Amino acid sequence: MSLIRARTDSPFRAAAAARARKDENARRAFFVITLLPVALILVISAALFVRAWPILSVYSPADLLFGKIWKPASGQFGFLPFILGTVWVTVVGLLLAVPPCILVSIYLSEYAHDRTRALAKPVLDLLAAIPPVVYGVWGLLAIVPFVDDVLAPLADRWLAAVPIFRVTQPTGFGILAGGIVLAVMIAPLIISVTFEVFLTVPNDLRHASLAVGATRWQTIRTIVLPKVMPGIVAAAALGTSRAFGETIAVLMVVGNVPNIPTSVFDTAYPLPALIANNYGEMMSIPLYDAALLGAALVLLAVVLVFNILSMLALQRMTRRT
Amino acid sequence: MNMKKNRFERRHLMEALMKALMRGSFVIVAGALGLILWTIIARGLPSLSWSMVSQVPKGGYYMGKEGGILNAIIGSAYLASGGTLLAVLLSLPIALYLKTYLGTSKWGGYVRLSLDVLWGIPSIVYGAFGFALMIMFGMRASLLAGIIVLALVELPIMTRAMDEVIRRMPADLEQAALALGSTKLEVALSVVTRQMLPGIVTAILLAFGRGIGDAASVLFTAGYTDRIPTSLMRPTASLPLAVFFQLGSPYAEVRERGYAAALILTIIVLAVSFGARFLSGRLNRYTVK
Repeated sequence: MSLIRARTDSPFRAAAAARARKDENARRAFFVITLLPVALILVISAALFVRAWPILSVYSPADLLFGKIWKPASGQFGFLPFILGTVWVTVVGLLLAVPPCILVSIYLSEYAHDRTRALAKPVLDLLAAIPPVVYGVWGLLAIVPFVDDVLAPLADRWLAAVPIFRVTQPTGFGILAGGIVLAVMIAPLIISVTFEVFLTVPNDLRHASLAVGATRWQTIRTIVLPKVMPGIVAAAALGTSRAFGETIAVLMVVGNVPNIPTSVFDTAYPLPALIANNYGEMMSIPLYDAALLGAALVLLAVVLVFNILSMLALQRMTRRT
Repeated sequence: MNMKKNRFERRHLMEALMKALMRGSFVIVAGALGLILWTIIARGLPSLSWSMVSQVPKGGYYMGKEGGILNAIIGSAYLASGGTLLAVLLSLPIALYLKTYLGTSKWGGYVRLSLDVLWGIPSIVYGAFGFALMIMFGMRASLLAGIIVLALVELPIMTRAMDEVIRRMPADLEQAALALGSTKLEVALSVVTRQMLPGIVTAILLAFGRGIGDAASVLFTAGYTDRIPTSLMRPTASLPLAVFFQLGSPYAEVRERGYAAALILTIIVLAVSFGARFLSGRLNRYTVK
């Protein structure tokens, strides 16, 4: 501030004052722009809330969230089938993705040669770069037939007694296909986050354990894993929120029938698919648009909770070390 | 003695087993990538033709007749370029401000956290948000609306990537500039931006690749049309939606073209990804080591 008020009798001082003023102005402008991300979260939530208000004011949250019947034309807006559909697909995707992803990141951080690591990075980058709709095409061409021709007959033969593996419909479209596609889609995210977390463990700890004769796996299991457990949970939560909102790829393979699933071979109709499929006709039926934006609000709320918790956990972990 | 030997063997067996499992998982992940690319190429290549990429859909295209998806290719190029440009104008100042002015302050932490949170918001929610705004302002689906929503989708991806590289800026370079009497703004614009240019370019291309492949956000906001948009207020087609809509067709020829469109999209995205790698390598020669 003193620079700005400096006497301007010397040209150098004038120039310095001008530069300082410019810096101060830039700082203010920059500050305003950094408000944007923080404000955007609030604005998105507010806009969705306002547009969903017509339906929130008519039905109680319990009616909407736990209602089983979806018939917009007769004014019934039960989200339960869609919420459960999302949960099933997400859980299947996570169960398939998390264990191998943890193994891969342990491998990359603890075992792999630099050469393997250099190979893994572009593989993960490319997997992350492939657009969702291409994953959907892959799911349609490869995974749906695979479920139909290989997994369903196997399950029918060996697991018919287990209710959640009962083969209920003969198409291959369904939760399992959606879960497999999701698992591949969220793998790069989970692997790169857990890999970062493994790097935060100081090497001294590993060396101490190896020096007293433990094998590498013993070191990992007893020393490294307990330290990184919160980070792994956070990575999985991040994967959950990513899977929860994935739209196009899942929509293309999951069947889109609004039933309440009981088996991984059932079709499902996740929330994002509901929004994406019906935007065209939603202006023609009363409250329909409010219901769909309400669905987006539910999606946003779940994702925000998972995201904020996992981000806070990860920030704390990386700060501590 | 005997027991000791037994334990010794078991832990080594475990070691070998876990290692095999890890290698197997790595092969599965890498194999998934190979499988995806192979599927897209094997199914897309047969119906890929010059007219696919050089013509707009003609009458009866969606029943298997003549035409191509030039409308979607150009539309996606417009959408992603516009969105990326808009996102750069916002991201670069945020990333520079985070580095030069905020450092590791509390407010900086909040901004980073909110960017992480934004990054996790699904693109369908951005699409629904854009749609809600469009109803409020009485706007119709248009190129402009698509660009704005894509910019919002790309903003957190780009800013986080820029922040990651700008953070790695050598402290002595910055301090040397400050010691010579530069203001923070001058440091940001003429030292940080130049030194970190390779990383910034990578971040921009990363976000561009994400933007061009995103379907859920433009579904509501950009619409779809067979014509190449001539103004910002017109609706526009996009490649991901071209893939999506054609796959839903009852005509086998149209579905085949959907696979070809998916191949075109994949080629563009991979080219951008490799381009980023190549460009950042080239630009790296002009930085202070």
